[in-house]
Amino acid sequence: MASNFYRILSSKRNVGILSLVGAGSITGAVLLRREHVTASAHVRRTYPASAEYPDLRQHNNCMASHLTPAIYAKLCDKSTPNGYTLDQAIQTGVDNPGHPFIKTVGMVAGDEETYEVFADLLDPIIRERHNGYDSRTMTHPTDLDSSKLHSGLFDERYVLSSRVRTGRSIRGLSLPPACTRAERREVERVTVDALAGLSGDLAGKYYSLTQMTDAEQQQLIDDHFLFDKPVSPLLTCAGMARDWPDARGIWHNNEKTFLVWINEEDHTRVISMEKGGNMKRVFDRFCRGLKEVERMIQEKGWEFMWNEKLGYILSCPSNLGTGLRAGVHVNLPRLSKDPRFSKILDNLRLQKRGTGGVDTAAVGSTFDISNLDRLGQSEVQLVQTVVDGVNYLIECEKKLEKGQDIKVPAPPKGN
Amino acid sequence: MPFGNTHNKLKMNYSSDQEFPDLTKHNNHMAKILTPEIYSNLRDKETPSGFTLDDVIQTGIDNPGHPFIMTVGCVAGDEETYEVFKELLDPVIEDRHGGYKPSDKHKTDINPDNLQGGDDLDSNYVLSSRVRTGRSVRGFCLPPHCSRGERRAIEDLSIQSLDVLDGDLKGTYYALKNMTDEEQQQLIDDHFLFDKPVSPLLLASGMARDWPDGRGIWHNEGKTFLVWVNEEDHLRVISMQKGGNMKEVFNRFCTGLTKIESLFKDRGHEFMWNEHLGYVLTCPSNLGTGLRAGVHVKIPNLSKHESFGEVLKRLRLQKRGTGGVDTAAVGGVFDISNADRLGFSEVELVQMVVDGVRLMVDMEKRLEAGQAIDDLMPEQK
Repeated sequence: MASNFYRILSSKRNVGILSLVGAGSITGAVLLRREHVTASAHVRRTYPASAEYPDLRQHNNCMASHLTPAIYAKLCDKSTPNGYTLDQAIQTGVDNPGHPFIKTVGMVAGDEETYEVFADLLDPIIRERHNGYDSRTMTHPTDLDSSKLHSGLFDERYVLSSRVRTGRSIRGLSLPPACTRAERREVERVTVDALAGLSGDLAGKYYSLTQMTDAEQQQLIDDHFLFDKPVSPLLTCAGMARDWPDARGIWHNNEKTFLVWINEEDHTRVISMEKGGNMKRVFDRFCRGLKEVERMIQEKGWEFMWNEKLGYILSCPSNLGTGLRAGVHVNLPRLSKDPRFSKILDNLRLQKRGTGGVDTAAVGSTFDISNLDRLGQSEVQLVQTVVDGVNYLIECEKKLEKGQDIKVPAPPKGN
Repeated sequence: MPFGNTHNKLKMNYSSDQEFPDLTKHNNHMAKILTPEIYSNLRDKETPSGFTLDDVIQTGIDNPGHPFIMTVGCVAGDEETYEVFKELLDPVIEDRHGGYKPSDKHKTDINPDNLQGGDDLDSNYVLSSRVRTGRSVRGFCLPPHCSRGERRAIEDLSIQSLDVLDGDLKGTYYALKNMTDEEQQQLIDDHFLFDKPVSPLLLASGMARDWPDGRGIWHNEGKTFLVWVNEEDHLRVISMQKGGNMKEVFNRFCTGLTKIESLFKDRGHEFMWNEHLGYVLTCPSNLGTGLRAGVHVKIPNLSKHESFGEVLKRLRLQKRGTGGVDTAAVGGVFDISNADRLGFSEVELVQMVVDGVRLMVDMEKRLEAGQAIDDLMPEQK
């Protein structure tokens, strides 16, 4: 594990920190050294962990389920080498008790080391959120070889659009909840630099949120590309909206089929999409684009945050592993009214959302259907799951059209 | 340390220019005053509790402001903030408080006997009277920065002290997180209940963290004396009643405040105060007295008069809607209060309100009768 958090120093970067991990576990690391300031007789009181432990009795999120007073006491004086603390990581979960029906994660990572320093809390959260995935014993497979995908062409009488998204973090720079302005600007610079090197069908342009013209803004809204300042308290309480809109922006290729968001919820969010049912082409472009961007940043001495235990490292623990959501907008007028619809989706490891995204309602009978899982399976496996699952849903719809009965598929092995 | 960017050591790996915020679209006091040079001088400093320059200014960066309303754009995380970051805060204070200099002394006077009159405002026009201020408990961090342990300790201290009050000040504490539905409804009906802040000005400074932990409302049985615990400041103290007897309101205010202060002292705690800044509160706009004395007054004619703005300016008064700051007036009823906080004593400010409102009511009566008010125009105070 020791090598996983070793930062690559580049002569071009001005960052002088190394985060070296001792064998076994990260110790308390560096607590901020207080510089000498104007003398004052009043020193801040310190309280025992029991006095600081948050009141989580009204809470229903993963953090609240796993943060016992004992774990809090063990971790509350620790910080990552950058100085990110437990209280900072859990603030969003303390401030947002959750919803009785939706279980949010309730904590974020401020940097790559968060997942190690606060493993006593994050490991059980990851296990709960990712179907029992145990990063101490398992490894996460990464596979961006899109040639392995088969049957990725959907019947376009049912599938209206296809999309794959993920996120990537730049190793050595803090994540959105904790990054300084200079770090955020560095993320922007590194990413925009790399994107400028894309060519062919991937050639495109960057629109910085601070410098966008009104006309550009309107076009991006019309294309449904523009992301807005986060309003969700889940995000604002985690500090992700600080300094908005400094160093935020949107890049897309000229064909509007490959899109990168910079410094929104993660360093980068990468999206490949198009109308129709050609998931194969969407996934091809996704993998190709990602690999190209990775190659470009490596040329300059950077790399993505990744390790074999947790895969790609992102701000929210729910997006670990692949960070991948592959989905379609699909019309299923009969199947969606069948009482077995939810069970079928469950067993196919799929999730439904409204066409406005997470937590929106479906319009008519058009649903957003995507993979449930993120960690423990590779990108190829997850997209194949979506392909096989959506094809199955379409078959069900066709059967119902003909008045035939449908079957609930067996759940996957091990579930 | 509420924010991820308070780990100063990390920032110091970047140059000051690389970290300097983009304030080109901003219109608040902080943005007017913060230069790259000031930022460079202050960015490696912290108060003893670890509050940094970026903590001070985050709310001002995240809220560029409004072209017509000038917000402060910075907050204090503890008492020492005003000292450690004086290079920024002194000019902000000077700008906000009418030229108040770093060498000026602030006079505190909460002796209600020094108020002249104030029991004679016409209740046909003055519907209600109210005085509010804030107090911070020395030795604890302020709402943008305090830990849960500190916030709870402040709450405990407050409950212990307020419990001792008796006579017409005897009352009950309602913790926000333990409130029953009935209690909550009653407090809403009484217009006492404060809600979780929604203003981005407050949220961006970290004041809403851990809501509703450690927050609550205390009020006396007569519902004329009210204390908010751990909302925007450690304590907000409010005296109010229907009608125009500002003298009685101010009497109760001073008596209550003085008693509370001595009860805190009995428990080994004092309020944050110094002879330059007076009472120290979270927002620089509330330094000095932290006092807003105001009335709800019916002035439909005067408020439409072309000289209304000038009258207010000369009297050093401010108008708001009856829903509070930034709301609109309803039915010609305005909230009229002192514009100043620092550089005048409590008695002086309440005197301005009493005298000014009396004059405004006289003007309203003249205008009702179709007469002119030119001879009543006041001098600039």
